[in-house]
Amino acid sequence: MTAVTTKPLEPGADRLDSLPRGIDLKGLSERTVIPLRHPLRWVIAAIVVILLLNAGQTLFTNPSWEWAKVPEWFFSPAILKGLQLTLLATAISAVVSFVGGIVVALGRLSGNPVLSTLSWLYIWAFRSLPLILVLIFLFNLGNLYPAMGVGVPFGPQVQIPTITFLSPLVLGVIGLSLSEIAYSAEVVRSGILAVDQGQHEAAKALGLPQRRQFLRIVLPQALRSIVPAYVNQIIGLIKASSLLFYVSLLDLFGVVQSLGSTYPTDIIPLLIVATLWYLILTSAISVVQYYIERFYARGSMRELPPTPLQRVRRTLAGIRSTARGNTLA
Amino acid sequence: MTAAIDIHNATKSYGDKTVLRGVDLTVAAGTVTVILGPSGSGKSTLLRAINHLEKLDEGFVALNGELIGVRVKGDRLKELPEKRILRQRARIGFVFQNFNLFPHLTILENVTEAPIAQGISAKRARDEARTLLARVGLADKEAAYPRQLSGGQQQRVAIARALALEPEVILFDEPTSALDPELVGEVLGVIRTLTGSGKTLIVVTHEIGFAREVADHVVFMDEGAIVEQGTPSDVLSHPRHRRTQDFLSKVLA
Repeated sequence: MTAVTTKPLEPGADRLDSLPRGIDLKGLSERTVIPLRHPLRWVIAAIVVILLLNAGQTLFTNPSWEWAKVPEWFFSPAILKGLQLTLLATAISAVVSFVGGIVVALGRLSGNPVLSTLSWLYIWAFRSLPLILVLIFLFNLGNLYPAMGVGVPFGPQVQIPTITFLSPLVLGVIGLSLSEIAYSAEVVRSGILAVDQGQHEAAKALGLPQRRQFLRIVLPQALRSIVPAYVNQIIGLIKASSLLFYVSLLDLFGVVQSLGSTYPTDIIPLLIVATLWYLILTSAISVVQYYIERFYARGSMRELPPTPLQRVRRTLAGIRSTARGNTLA
Repeated sequence: MTAAIDIHNATKSYGDKTVLRGVDLTVAAGTVTVILGPSGSGKSTLLRAINHLEKLDEGFVALNGELIGVRVKGDRLKELPEKRILRQRARIGFVFQNFNLFPHLTILENVTEAPIAQGISAKRARDEARTLLARVGLADKEAAYPRQLSGGQQQRVAIARALALEPEVILFDEPTSALDPELVGEVLGVIRTLTGSGKTLIVVTHEIGFAREVADHVVFMDEGAIVEQGTPSDVLSHPRHRRTQDFLSKVLA
């Protein structure tokens, strides 16, 4: 433990019986209290801003950034096509793994020991494996099982060559979803466990059918804690989709990689383009997240938190009124 | 008088801890029964066993002669599938100590939820819910969310929610224990209006005054068993058992 040392107040500053002359209790009590100032914060902020500006300056003074080429590449058909693939693969995997996550989470929470063990095993397996391993494994499925089919065991079977129905995109989405479901199942499970036991009991006591208990009472409340964690997962998924490059799918990152080897002199602007697009995607998701969270917060607080716009307005109004207060003082 | 609720040999333990030791209780239809007892006496467990929120190890509960949560199989009782139990529960209202309103639904939606699930049209459910909310004095709160209401108002909504299924029996599990003292009266007032309406009420409570005023039958429980029961004046004014006397002197002190 370190000893807490504080500078002593000047003598009498904390005593009412030794007020300076000309000041009475009434006057003292009627003035606004001066908030504690934090001068060190300003010093640190100034240092940080100077450092950031220094770094920022190099963005413009260092010609190697080649900003002029960024707009050209930014909307180039190849990049947009890669972006489309990233969006498509992420969107499908996000939806599949959300639904799948609910199913696996319910499996783990089920009273049926076979179901809960199977779900646990699934989560254990796919959380253990690196996504890239899963993807490359799937990609080689054609070697492992050249054809797939169903039928009567040891009897007649229907068979299709694996390659014909498992295109790289389908394989990629399956790979992303398989591993994502394992994580989202845990996210969903934690959300369900966070719902008060009394809610389950009230739903039971009202005789609500089990499906309705879950969909109407438990899940909407669980979503409050599921949404932030799940959006995290989706953002991770966007970035994880860059691994599709290794199974010969040209997503945003893959396009940048291959363009970079075709146009080695443009590698920096291409990386900037990829950076900007990933930033844009994540920002868009964060905005959507904010409003989804607001929706599921209804009823959980007496008043909903302000939207960012309302917050900015309030802060400005606050600054204005303090400024007015200072000039009055 | 016919019996609305018949409890026979209700026995329950959690691990080595026995919470109900073969409780027998008959509740006449249309009457008000108040169950008193120190905490841990098993009174809440008994109440929850009536609508099968709590499964009994031995014994059974019958509502108007119909077994709840179990059926006869040979010479034993066998648990019913959850689906059938849920249908039986809809005939028994339950009011919780902590209200357990659905926080993400409006007051009106809280009350209409169960009737709509039962297949009643949304419009009819809403009309009836509004009548019920007016009856508990909350007609103007239908669009609010539970957390925007005081504890007393929430409990009144919970009572309206229980009434919406037109249950034959309503069970109250310490309905005023989570309330600030000044809000207890409004909830007891609503419960009072339900007496004599033909519904059978069973109330677990610590409100001795309320028991004296509205109860037809008072049951005192301790350590998982019924110690004594009778009219309010028997049990509350002339308790015969030492444990009842001790409890009453503590509660009334």
